[in-house]
Amino acid sequence: MTDRSELAQNAAGRMVPTMANGKPQIPYLGAGKYQPHGRKAAPPVRSSRDYPTDGDKRVADIETALRKCGLRDGMVISNHHHLRDGDRVALMALAAAEKIGVQDLVWFPSASFPSQKGAIELMEKGVIHHIEGSMNGPLGDYCTQGKMRGMGVLRSHGGRWQAVQDGEVHIDIAVIAAPTADAFGNADGSHGKSACGSLGFALADSMYADYVIVVTDNLVPFPCIPWQIQGNNVDYVVEVESIGDPAKIVSGTTQITRSPDRLRIAEFVARFLRESRIMRNGFSFQAGAGGIALAFVDYLRRMMKEDGVKARFVRGGSTKYLVELLQEGLTDYILDGQTFDLDGVKSIASDPRHVATSPFTSYNYHGKGSFASLVDAVVLGATEVDVNFNANVVTHSDGRLLHGIGGWQNCLEAGCTILALPSFRDRIPVIVDEVTTLTGPGEMIDVVVTERGIAINPNRPDLRDAVKGSNLPVRPIQDLKAEVEKICGGKPARPKLGERPVAVVKWVDGTLLDTVWQAG
Amino acid sequence: MTAENSPTRTGEAGHYGKDVRSDLHVAIEPRESGGLEINLESRVAAYYGASIVGQTRQVLEALAVRNARVAIHDEGALPFVIAARIEAAAKRAGFAGEGARATVEKVPLPTQSQRDRLRRSRLYLPGSEPKYFINAALHGPDAVILDLEDSVHRGEKDAARILVRNALRAVDFGRCERMVRINQLPMGLEDLAEIIPEAPDLILMPKVEQAEQVTEVDRMIGELRTRHGIDRTIWLMPILESAVGIENAFEIAASTPRVVALTIGLEDYTADLGVVKSADGSESLYARTRLVNAAKAAGIQAIDSVFGDVGDMDGLRRWGENSRALGFEGMGCIHPGQIRVIHEAFAPTLAEIEKARKIVAAFEEAERQGLGVVSLGSKMIDPPVVERARKLVERAKVMGRV
Repeated sequence: MTDRSELAQNAAGRMVPTMANGKPQIPYLGAGKYQPHGRKAAPPVRSSRDYPTDGDKRVADIETALRKCGLRDGMVISNHHHLRDGDRVALMALAAAEKIGVQDLVWFPSASFPSQKGAIELMEKGVIHHIEGSMNGPLGDYCTQGKMRGMGVLRSHGGRWQAVQDGEVHIDIAVIAAPTADAFGNADGSHGKSACGSLGFALADSMYADYVIVVTDNLVPFPCIPWQIQGNNVDYVVEVESIGDPAKIVSGTTQITRSPDRLRIAEFVARFLRESRIMRNGFSFQAGAGGIALAFVDYLRRMMKEDGVKARFVRGGSTKYLVELLQEGLTDYILDGQTFDLDGVKSIASDPRHVATSPFTSYNYHGKGSFASLVDAVVLGATEVDVNFNANVVTHSDGRLLHGIGGWQNCLEAGCTILALPSFRDRIPVIVDEVTTLTGPGEMIDVVVTERGIAINPNRPDLRDAVKGSNLPVRPIQDLKAEVEKICGGKPARPKLGERPVAVVKWVDGTLLDTVWQAG
Repeated sequence: MTAENSPTRTGEAGHYGKDVRSDLHVAIEPRESGGLEINLESRVAAYYGASIVGQTRQVLEALAVRNARVAIHDEGALPFVIAARIEAAAKRAGFAGEGARATVEKVPLPTQSQRDRLRRSRLYLPGSEPKYFINAALHGPDAVILDLEDSVHRGEKDAARILVRNALRAVDFGRCERMVRINQLPMGLEDLAEIIPEAPDLILMPKVEQAEQVTEVDRMIGELRTRHGIDRTIWLMPILESAVGIENAFEIAASTPRVVALTIGLEDYTADLGVVKSADGSESLYARTRLVNAAKAAGIQAIDSVFGDVGDMDGLRRWGENSRALGFEGMGCIHPGQIRVIHEAFAPTLAEIEKARKIVAAFEEAERQGLGVVSLGSKMIDPPVVERARKLVERAKVMGRV
């Protein structure tokens, strides 16, 4: 069972365990305060003579590949989530592991999805010990209810990269689903019947894991061009009938909203960028994947056209709305970390100005600088935000795991971080006294835009001055909260959370930002 | 007659289900004894579960419901909706007589609506769909219409009445004029009895054909106002939806001083004529211009019908501009997305504003010089023209165009 670890209070005032899954943890020290030293982790030295001279690393199936990699109890097995809810490979690999008879594996996906709820059975059987990666839906509930043997660990995309780079997580076997690959193991995501766009989340795995298996449903004769995954890092290649369902790349978060209330929020955000003059020639921005964020891109596009403004780059999660910007010449580049829909996939495959990036290039705490801080404005969502501008993306207000962090934490480095969200959802206030689970510290969140008004963090007087005199409805965040509580008929009760930590939320540097407590 | 008149049937009201928002379903099953047994399933149980149960008890207490099994499925309904649904279910079960009601917390009444205020857009809100009420005012229509008539199913009229009553009391509609479209008489009288105590600003009367219908409603409103101590004027806007109605347009428009505007319902009108409703509206041109004439003759506003194609913003703009050119001062609105286009269509152009300002300036100059005649260049400007120009400039100021 999970260790009854001791708790410490971190710099954000939250209580966090001092140990997680047997490893000592560092409590959050403040943004930019943690400065580790030492050298990066590295995989073992290999010799090319140990690999087929004809470059054909194919083996019969995943089970064979895992056996040849020496799969044993307690190993860390990883995969990427570029196929989102349509992925088949992760469960194929875990099922094969079960067949081999191993136990206590640590599953380390870059994110998990509801279609992977088969992992619950594997946890019940002891094949999987715990999951380090976001958990939604049934997997999230399983964890929140305290049924997982180990403690869940939630990291941002950049944080996962950090953990692999500095050895916090040592990947034994990486299983990489590849829409196209050659027998040498070069692999790419932009072509093939199961094309998914970028494979950026698999890069760290391919470079740092002890063993790397590429699984493809589209084998091509050497060379596989373009190649995002280097075959020189790959041990085995497996051909399967299908790695996943491309139609399910579009999963829940990528439909533009039609709700008039949410469109209003999106328009406020676009107007904010225009009035504050953040929107200007050569600027850059990033939008999240929610319905409001996508609608915002649509409004911004019209304003950019009206004002004759062109962006230097936009960062994605790419969607057809970003692709339209590129095609209309409103941006020089799309720098894409993750392709959310099929228009994005087509564009990245055919337009050289639509460039695949990875968490190494974009979100890397241990990099020599980070793209995230070069972005002028980012528009994100949240489940809750409090009067100190702290925000939550991982749990509901009832403490249940809802959502992964994704690139959300990494984006907070942007010049202007905007949260666009309704002030209440159903009857549940989104603006609260204190967030249930801290995912983003308030000092890094600049603007909160709701249908009832716009709150600007007092630590950004420059933004407040920039929009003075516009007729945007700027209001103190406490006012917004008071209005919402009145409409909802009073403050909501705070659900009683358990006392046992079931998961931890890491900050981008690997320190512990908050705890997810057992609930429901 | 006691409030609890041995009710025996289960009374149900409201909706629930995964696509339902901001509403709840309640079933009240009367029993002989045993007090109240309340079973709550709610999407927001963790946050407001105790509050909902507490409010349920309060509402039932106010309605003198003492012994019943109550089952609630809640999808995030706000307090004013909870109270309305419980009251409707209780009444359907046979509890609580005519005058019984469960009140909810009140927001302050907006200032008295002016006779000639802007009525460019009036946003229809179906009276049985509370999720649309809550944010309606944010989208800035000049008026909201809480509809008890055509958008409410026959079997839901009683529940919608209570819901609209509570909404008038508890929802902040900002600067919007609060209109209610009642049902045709005689059902409309039941609607009035329920809602007038909450002082709506204006009553929309559907399918008016005779002036007497308007005076009857006006009289009823007057009585209700006296009985309930409502010190505010409640305006009337008859809707003409038939050939007879159009024939009697002027009489209807002039029937009482409380009539401030006249409007038309094109679906029913074209059906009455036996013609198909077309995109350019040529089949209803006579009716609409007749209506404008009657309204102006009676000194009131002419308001146009709705534009049904929510996806066609260009069509909406053309309709609105054409409508304004005919003399209408506004039109109906069925989706918040239409509001901006409608306001633009009904706004005076910059050129018109400029011209009006020149006329007003010329008038003021003439006054200063003690001249009896106003002239602009070589043209003489008649007093009605001056007055129209002055009104236009005022309107433009209110719209923020100046």
